[in-house]
Amino acid sequence: MSTATSEKTQPGRPAPAREIDRAAVRFAGDSGDGMQLVGSQFTATSAIVGNDIATFPDYPAEIRAPLGTLAGVSGFQVNFSSHHIHTPGDRVDALIAMNPAALKANLGDLVEGGVLIVNSDEFDESNLQRAQYQTNPLEDGSLSRYQLYKIPITQQTLAAVKETGLGPRDASRCKNFYALGLAYWLYDRPLEPTRRWINSKFAKVAAVARANTLALEAGYALGETTEIFTTRYRVKPAKLAPGTYRNLTGNQATALGLITAAQLAGKPLFYGSYPITPASDILHELALHKSFDVRVFQAEDEIAAMCAVVGAAFAGAIACTGTSGPGMALKQEAIGLAVMTELPCVIVDVQRGGPSTGLPTKTEQSDLWQAVLGRNGDCPLPVLAAQSPADCFAAAIEAVRVAVKYMTPVILLTDGYIANGSEPWRVPAVRELAPIPVHHATDPATFQPYLRDANGARPWAVPGTPGLRHRIGGLEKADGAGNVCYVPENHQRMTHLRAEKVARVVQDVPAQEVFGDAEGDLLVVSWGGTFGAVRTAIEQAREKGQNVSHAHLRWLNPMPANLGAVLRRFRRVLVCELNMGQLRQLLRGAYLVDAQGLNKVQGRPFMVSEICDRIDQLLGGAA
Amino acid sequence: MSATPPTGVTVKDFKSDQQVKWCPGCGDHSILTQLQKVLAANGADRDRTVFVSGIGCSSRFPYYMETYGFHGIHGRAPAVATGVKCANPELDVWVVTGDGDALSIGGNHFLHTLRRNVGLKVVLFNNRIYGLTKGQYSPTSEFGTRTRSSPQGSIDHPMHPISVAIGAEVTFVARAIDTDVQHLQYVLKRASEHRGTAFVEVYQNCQVFNPGAFGFATDRTAKADNVLYLEHGQPLIFGKNREKGIRLNGDLLEVVPVDKVPRDDLIIHDERNPDPSMAFRLARMHYPDFPEPMGVFLAQQKPVYEDLLMEQIHAARAKSGPGQLAALFAAGETWTVE
Repeated sequence: MSTATSEKTQPGRPAPAREIDRAAVRFAGDSGDGMQLVGSQFTATSAIVGNDIATFPDYPAEIRAPLGTLAGVSGFQVNFSSHHIHTPGDRVDALIAMNPAALKANLGDLVEGGVLIVNSDEFDESNLQRAQYQTNPLEDGSLSRYQLYKIPITQQTLAAVKETGLGPRDASRCKNFYALGLAYWLYDRPLEPTRRWINSKFAKVAAVARANTLALEAGYALGETTEIFTTRYRVKPAKLAPGTYRNLTGNQATALGLITAAQLAGKPLFYGSYPITPASDILHELALHKSFDVRVFQAEDEIAAMCAVVGAAFAGAIACTGTSGPGMALKQEAIGLAVMTELPCVIVDVQRGGPSTGLPTKTEQSDLWQAVLGRNGDCPLPVLAAQSPADCFAAAIEAVRVAVKYMTPVILLTDGYIANGSEPWRVPAVRELAPIPVHHATDPATFQPYLRDANGARPWAVPGTPGLRHRIGGLEKADGAGNVCYVPENHQRMTHLRAEKVARVVQDVPAQEVFGDAEGDLLVVSWGGTFGAVRTAIEQAREKGQNVSHAHLRWLNPMPANLGAVLRRFRRVLVCELNMGQLRQLLRGAYLVDAQGLNKVQGRPFMVSEICDRIDQLLGGAA
Repeated sequence: MSATPPTGVTVKDFKSDQQVKWCPGCGDHSILTQLQKVLAANGADRDRTVFVSGIGCSSRFPYYMETYGFHGIHGRAPAVATGVKCANPELDVWVVTGDGDALSIGGNHFLHTLRRNVGLKVVLFNNRIYGLTKGQYSPTSEFGTRTRSSPQGSIDHPMHPISVAIGAEVTFVARAIDTDVQHLQYVLKRASEHRGTAFVEVYQNCQVFNPGAFGFATDRTAKADNVLYLEHGQPLIFGKNREKGIRLNGDLLEVVPVDKVPRDDLIIHDERNPDPSMAFRLARMHYPDFPEPMGVFLAQQKPVYEDLLMEQIHAARAKSGPGQLAALFAAGETWTVE
């Protein structure tokens, strides 16, 4: 609980390094302060030195909310560890706050006794007022529970970059790199990866590259040459499985997965999409990889994007789209068309807070119902959810594989948390990846548009194939022949056939695994991006001796064949999800199980402690 | 169904085995026949031809064509067709739509398809009424039209498809009328030859809900005075005895007797004019003040969407070769765990 100020700076010996298992650091500032950038840099460097990492970028929907206000605070949290971790951490061990608003918005997440670095230059009257502080927290003793370091980051940065001749405005914009340098020193990280990044990013503006480098080095030097800090920390490399690793966000992983799937199928990838937060980064990433025959179509709206996907699937491409809640709602009619015409395609829904525009940059899992149930008519389709940033890669490939095999649209659910968060991804060897077999109908003698194979799939006959001319569309089609058909019995039969086909996807859904005991007092069920927090909580609870197991669902439709049996082996079932109980309702409906819920809709992921508390409550306290 | 050589096809080869279910006297029958004739005359390859539609009477069209066909959802045919064209630019893709489908529920897709200049032929059957939903006013119905949903008369001002198309930067736009079969064939053939989006408005009679909406242009005695056939490089002349012409008076068009004005005063039609202003003026000529122009308003050459799309892919491949997954995976900063 020491405090220090820069007035005390004087050359001295570097502080000794203390070895720790893990640490979570959060950079917080105005949305124009470059916090996402330095957070990403800190993450990349931590990954390169071999830590396991998990990140949580948290930024406002407004591009530039009024300067210095609480509404404009942008934060980036990175958890780095010498062992395997699943989450960015409930609380942070160090907070770097670039202004009063950032301090106010983030202080509650800093552990008691944690490192608190503030840019003291920004704590003037007007900024304090904008952050609704009555008194200056740097002076009023309210921060005494933390290791407070008041550093005049702006002044120090201006002094450091003076030689570049940049004007004060441009010069002060380097202060995020100063803060990054300081954090690098505090956690004993190398500067070299960020130096390289700066030089390549600002290759065309040498003065800016130089200034950012100087600021970075000055921040580092402050720790190195002064005695402000009593301790620095060292986190050893994690024991990850052998291999080559790369840090990936969920959206990047989804994009790479879609490209890979199309390559494994030997087909062009068509990606039709309309920009929407937080899914747009998939579109951006795919637009960079046209050498893989990626045909990116930025549509005029969500509906057009989905309709173009249906058209591209009809014409034989691996056709995909990405969107988020409101866009998903707009796409539903065209998704129904893909169900009716039985064409393979993938819809990625990067969920965000809803309803309506809701919380565009915040995470939620409240699109489950609209994914599973959200269309007119009896309109089932396969739905799966990725569990972590890197898992989006495998989930995207799986989605394409099922779409093509069963001739159906498939919905892949991710969420803002795993889409923007990142973790190490073990780079697969291309030969490890199984090809995606594609069968196009070619024989006019046997072809019928709605004749089914053993999986219940109809043939994929693409325009341009000699002699397979046929007409399909949204009207009900005659079983087999595929002509428009209003015969009552035919509609019933086709409705059954469509449902049976989707139910048959269960043969590609692995049996539900249970982490922990196969039976017992409590089974915690989760799906999608909450995997990390729930698994960590279960690990902790089991270490305490609590009788609790974990079942994480990947497939939401169809669900694993053994799921009902799994649920019945536990006295109680708790479903943790970032919505008001959508999976719980589906499980109750399908398995008549009296599932309880832990439901959170604050635009933020679960904290491990929230899940642990609920487990304690259900099990009557720690065992 | 059997494989057919792309040439030597007849009109019959383009008729599917499905019964045509439009009402007797509907203009759709004529458009279907003329398009089948044009494709046969072109020697079109049925296996490489795709008809895409939305919802409405006209949108049943693909079922009657012995080609590939896709009957989509209301208003979205241009988007579906864009996906088809992006996936396989080699296909000859036609969009069949109506005034409600293209301009009301599908207005957005219509605009953006035209501005992108996707290689699609878009044929809009304009009957100025909702037919399939049984007779409500459409976005092209005249002000005051009395229908089941506007018993006191429509209070919507109509939209003019060709004006809208020109405003949306279309590169080919033409108009024909269902009953003038020779001219309709000519216009459809011209559209079939255009690279980029070709938009054709067809005045189409709805015998049940809006009969005679285009009587001014079909009535044998009156039509010569009410219709003007556009010919590239020719002056704008019409009338039973070709006695009337169109000239500009200041900013405004006016009808003049050709023998009372110098020949040079008449507007010479230039469908290739890179400036669409005159084409827009022609699109504003409405009965009864003016004869309504038929034929090709504009036929410009501009880069085509799917060409540009594929050029970017080829350029990326020329630069670094076809993408290799191993290189894609290992891009950026990587590290190795032993």
